[in-house]
Amino acid sequence: MKIAIASGKGGTGKTTIATNLTATLASMGKTVQLLDCDVEEPNCHIFLNPHIESSTAVTTPLPDVDEEKCTGCGICAEVCEYGAIAVVKEKVLIFPELCHGCGACEMFCPEDAITEIGREVGIVEEGRADGFRFIHGRLKIGELMSPSVIHAVKIAGRESEVVIIDSPPGTSCPVIEAVKDTDFVVLVTEPTPFGLNDLQLAVGMVRALGMPFAVAINRSDVGDNDVKEYCQREKIDVILEIPDDRKIAEAYSRGEMIISAMPAYQKLLETCWGRIIDIHRNWGELTS
Amino acid sequence: MKEIVVISGKGGTGKTSLVASFAALAEKKVLADCDVDAADLHLVLNPKINYREDFSGGKKAKIITEECIECGECEEVCRFDSMYYPDPENEIPCVNPIFCEGCGVCVRVCPVEAISFDDAVNGEWYVSSTSHGPMVHARLGMAEGNSGKLVTIVRNKAREIAEKENLDYIIVDGSPGIGCPVIASIAGADLVIVVTEPTLSGQHDLLRAAELTAHFRIPTVICINKWDLNPDIAEQIETAAKERGIKDVGRIRYDTAITKAQIMKTSVVEYTGGAVSEDIKQVWRNTIYALG
Repeated sequence: MKIAIASGKGGTGKTTIATNLTATLASMGKTVQLLDCDVEEPNCHIFLNPHIESSTAVTTPLPDVDEEKCTGCGICAEVCEYGAIAVVKEKVLIFPELCHGCGACEMFCPEDAITEIGREVGIVEEGRADGFRFIHGRLKIGELMSPSVIHAVKIAGRESEVVIIDSPPGTSCPVIEAVKDTDFVVLVTEPTPFGLNDLQLAVGMVRALGMPFAVAINRSDVGDNDVKEYCQREKIDVILEIPDDRKIAEAYSRGEMIISAMPAYQKLLETCWGRIIDIHRNWGELTS
Repeated sequence: MKEIVVISGKGGTGKTSLVASFAALAEKKVLADCDVDAADLHLVLNPKINYREDFSGGKKAKIITEECIECGECEEVCRFDSMYYPDPENEIPCVNPIFCEGCGVCVRVCPVEAISFDDAVNGEWYVSSTSHGPMVHARLGMAEGNSGKLVTIVRNKAREIAEKENLDYIIVDGSPGIGCPVIASIAGADLVIVVTEPTLSGQHDLLRAAELTAHFRIPTVICINKWDLNPDIAEQIETAAKERGIKDVGRIRYDTAITKAQIMKTSVVEYTGGAVSEDIKQVWRNTIYALG
């Protein structure tokens, strides 16, 4: 079972829940993997100190022009929908950051003058944390295409009983890449106007994808009651509430796991896991 | 005219709360919310929309079912796995618009021209008025991509307004991360403020964000929010920043007034005259000074 931990708003506690839930499941005896798919700003490793065993470059296809074969006809620039190719005075100019690697230029070049080479956009690192496999990715500084790195992290994951995916914030392409093909999404929010607004956007996203999901509320006593009322109105399950606690904030600031600093939270996460299983099992009936 | 962009690397460090206070403190400015996939500034500034326009991030392919000869070529060439077969009775594919990247390869290989390729509407952008001056903002559609292009539209519109109305500042609320929308929001800015928090995650993400602004050679300063949650890490972050030639524009203390102001739909400096507001006012003064 693959579970994505996502949120519209950043800084609501995705990484806290992903790392602590994974460690809880491992201590329950499950084979579990954690994939940190927030490749722009990966943070799980700060809490887990994993032992990294291998590191692989992530590449995306980029056209390479054989100048001897090229006649400067300009078809490659014409078929590129991303403006990544320009032909000036019969010379082909390529803007690598704009390339989506769709293959159109290579496919439609009448002279067979284009081949595809790999361009490095980030890395994937794999290793072990305490009791489970850990994989994360890092987008190279200055690169735009984080979905390619996220995709690489996901395919590096192997079969296991449970896979937990820590997703980036937001509701656009990187998040979709992280949550697609998972079985369940946990949307983490906080009870504030910003938290509610971004939760509504995230709910719109998972509903557009047709995925089973539930909500976790972090710092559940800091703001107002609007998030809970919204969830009630929309018949969305709230599977976890973590109260605001200076001890949690301080442990977090030092890169410590909550379940190490405050073991009582392990019970809460075990219950949360049970809720995920139940909601997932009954999802078809719930929605029909 | 100077453009100031507030980013953070890590999400939830207080970008929007800071921008809302800057909106109240700065004179002669236009505001731009460039966090287009989770925009929140409007919740505080309560904008009255005067103009709206559809946003198209690009084209999307769509199968014309009646024309399809079920050859399967389109599925074969699509690198984004956008084709699926909704009807088990036939081999007529359908394009999932969420996964379609608008590359047009399927459109070009289809032997019977059975795929249309039109501009998709995937959001809107607005020019509004607020009690703190004009504001440009946007809404990216559900599960849509190409936020970088929408960010660029919002910034260009804000610049146009600043030029026309002879304003001194463009204040931009950015998005978390270091990818496409962030790069689109900082390119060519006069100053980037990275707002962070005194945690190891905050520090890690700040340093990645600072590497990004250095990569694009954009003048950068930092501001530590909730600094008193962990004074040691706050100091560690400022030292690490200084080693990279990045100055700080001040610290903001932890205060529940920041959340309360948000609930009251107002900026922190308008909500309270307390010490936290003094911190923010000092950050604004230091920011003007850093602009030179």
